[in-house]
Amino acid sequence: MKQDKFVSTVLMLIALSAISGLALITVFIFMEGLPMILRTGAREFFLSSDWDPRAGHFGIFSMIIGSVAVTTGAMTIGSVFGLALAIAFTQFCHPRLAALLKPVIELLAGIPSVVYGFMGVVTLVPLIRTYLGGAGLSVLAASIVLGIMVLPTVTSISVDALRAVPRPYWEGSIALGATRWQTTHMVMLKAARSGIATAVILGMGRAVGETMAVIMVAGNALEAPHSILDPVRTLTSNIALEMGYASGEHRRALFATGVTLFVIIMLLNTVALRVSRRAAGRKG
Amino acid sequence: MRPSPVAVQRIVVVSIWALALMTVGVLLFIILFILVHGLPQVSWEFLTTFPESMGRKGGIFPVIVGTIMVAGLAVTVAAPVGVATAVYLTEYTTEGRLTAVIRFGADCLAGIPSIIFGLFGFVFFAITLGMKLSVISGALTLALMVLPTIIRTSEEAIRAVPYAYREVSYGLGSTRSQMIIKVVLPSALPGICTGVVLSLGRSISETAAVILTAGSALRLPHSLFDSSRTLALHFYILSREGISVSNAYATASVLIITILALNLFAYWLMRRFMARVG
Amino acid sequence: MYGVIPKISSEGTRRAEALRARVGVIPKILVGRRRLSSKALRALVLAATMALIMPCIGCKDDGGRVVSVVGSTSIQPFAEFLAEQYGRKDPGLQVEVQGGGSTVGLQAVANGLAEVGMCSRALNAEEVEQFTPITIARDGLAIVVNPANQVSRLTTGHLRGLFSGTIKNWKDVGGLDGPVRPITREEGSGTRESFVHLVMDKERISRAALTQESNGAVKELVKGDPAAIGYMSLGLVGEELKALQIDDVEPTSENVLAGTYKLARPFLFVTKGPVSPEAQRFIDYVLSSEGQRILESEGLVRAQ
Repeated sequence: MKQDKFVSTVLMLIALSAISGLALITVFIFMEGLPMILRTGAREFFLSSDWDPRAGHFGIFSMIIGSVAVTTGAMTIGSVFGLALAIAFTQFCHPRLAALLKPVIELLAGIPSVVYGFMGVVTLVPLIRTYLGGAGLSVLAASIVLGIMVLPTVTSISVDALRAVPRPYWEGSIALGATRWQTTHMVMLKAARSGIATAVILGMGRAVGETMAVIMVAGNALEAPHSILDPVRTLTSNIALEMGYASGEHRRALFATGVTLFVIIMLLNTVALRVSRRAAGRKG
Repeated sequence: MRPSPVAVQRIVVVSIWALALMTVGVLLFIILFILVHGLPQVSWEFLTTFPESMGRKGGIFPVIVGTIMVAGLAVTVAAPVGVATAVYLTEYTTEGRLTAVIRFGADCLAGIPSIIFGLFGFVFFAITLGMKLSVISGALTLALMVLPTIIRTSEEAIRAVPYAYREVSYGLGSTRSQMIIKVVLPSALPGICTGVVLSLGRSISETAAVILTAGSALRLPHSLFDSSRTLALHFYILSREGISVSNAYATASVLIITILALNLFAYWLMRRFMARVG
Repeated sequence: MYGVIPKISSEGTRRAEALRARVGVIPKILVGRRRLSSKALRALVLAATMALIMPCIGCKDDGGRVVSVVGSTSIQPFAEFLAEQYGRKDPGLQVEVQGGGSTVGLQAVANGLAEVGMCSRALNAEEVEQFTPITIARDGLAIVVNPANQVSRLTTGHLRGLFSGTIKNWKDVGGLDGPVRPITREEGSGTRESFVHLVMDKERISRAALTQESNGAVKELVKGDPAAIGYMSLGLVGEELKALQIDDVEPTSENVLAGTYKLARPFLFVTKGPVSPEAQRFIDYVLSSEGQRILESEGLVRAQ
């Protein structure tokens, strides 16, 4: 019994230190960033495009637009192709081929972001510059590169969602004479829709947080983009570009940007949780 | 006249397969492009000699050592702590508000951009705690970054162990700690290891979080307080600065092969886990 | 490694025997686990030990100190070369050089992260109070374009217009019809500071300008984009880019020395407070005639 108590105390202490370590990060970031937002005024911070650290102006609006533009583009590409891949795997594929390809996709999910960025710079950016105009370093380039990066995440979670649809749904639809495609879009996709929504939301979270690949292909211009061929700076790139030399209020402004990202991820996770809970409730 | 459902299906299947193959094609293209350009340069010499002229010539030995030290230390710190936390959360606490909040917090932190961990690590570990740009700054930052993931995957793995195992163990007269150590953990181990190995892969590919914590010194670290460069960062610097295209490809090849090997290993572990518990 | 069935009490053992007789599955499960768990555990322990022992494998016997030099990406390649040369003369002392930009260097020195900061611009009034600058060389600021660009000479006025966004087409400055794409450095860059001070005067660099975080990145970008124009360290231009004549003066180190090429800035080593003897040895080497000769041969101008 004493050994038991000992083990449980040790585990509790470790768990508490782990949790407090993680809480420390959260608290630290908010403590550095939140007062700065309140000092500058939320409207000034979030809605002003004037990011000029030397003059003491910290408005991140153009970067918010940048992040939104790049993420939207990335999710469009990532969801369409990712979902197509997931549907191909689960609905229209020989099970053995699917079993072979799924690990391939998951392996590919491990490619580092700098490699994607590099490939983007070497192959994609010159293509865009030559055939579509503009600098090549653009919203389009960043969207494509990020879309490819989040693809495996979207595919893998969607595949799990589609596989989790109870077999009787599929069998019933086929038995009623529907073709496989009719079954897919009328039954399977509808049944798996919350899982697929979760996949897209989690992919979005990953796209919002990506830094290195975006710095390499997006151009990092301060102005908000007017077209997909314009260069763009995202919230994460801004932190990465300036954190080495920022000090004082400038550094706190970067932490404030971190707070913004934190809140965005929290919101995305909450939505994902609610969506999956509603699905579980309905099915269960 | 409406097209027949069979015709529609044929068109759809073709388009979906086209999209799917394009996708797989692009992913394979990326890997093959790097390997084709880089593998010819990767030799035993490349892996074991020191770089010259800041990476223009020579090998990447200090970078490999730096990567092993930073990522290895990060996971060595995060894994026991994460698993212990997961064990505590699943076995010693009851499902309630608190555990739900902790779980949500861990999920959020698992999704926070790595640059924010980098910013935190730079300000807290390197500057405030005075660790400067060093292996240990980088390792601790990465440890905090992968900790939520390890906690969540370990938790899932432990929960997947059938309750019957626990009942049997109690039935044989074990105490709770004996049950955990001798029955639950061993059964969950493949799942836990998958999470750990994936975290290792994530640490190795990290650039944003190490650039200002572990630094970018191109030398062999002799202690935990020396700065060193990781493979991903070395590749980033070589390619971005145009220092050496061939060495950049070679470094990327080493990086990709390492991560693919790790992912394969994690996948194999997962299969064993499913086979036992599923 | 682990006991198959915990031997707590004979009661427990009896129950285990009974269960084994009936179900036959429990020992197998536990035995199976044991095999996997000890193997996996051994692997983990091995990996962890290796991670911590690794440093000793390549360990050369140098109990010497390390001098950390951080800062300007313009000075970085020269400092790296000097560090390598110095390392051959004095193997006991390791000099490690990292980039990040001039202001990163100053911050690093201020925070104690580095001993010597590299700064490619003159210090301002506040900084002079905090730090001790040592001029190690002078460098020209080159305005670079892609070799395919027809333009070869510009005036400072043109530059202001091109970088502020008022001149939007290359044909307005003598080139072919096409959009102008200015490339700038990040705010903390000494090169950017020097450029703003020497060229832009009161005007601001266009917000639509592409931002890159080092000389190398600017060079790579201009190499690839025929419409691009950027500014970088003269000593790093090399053969692949075209450096423009500014106000009818060729961008060469001779002209920088003579003072006719006006776009020039100092390369500084910056320290704070007392300098360690090891760092001083390296600084002395850089300022010595050998160090200065090396810098000259690499395209810079002497510190005098």
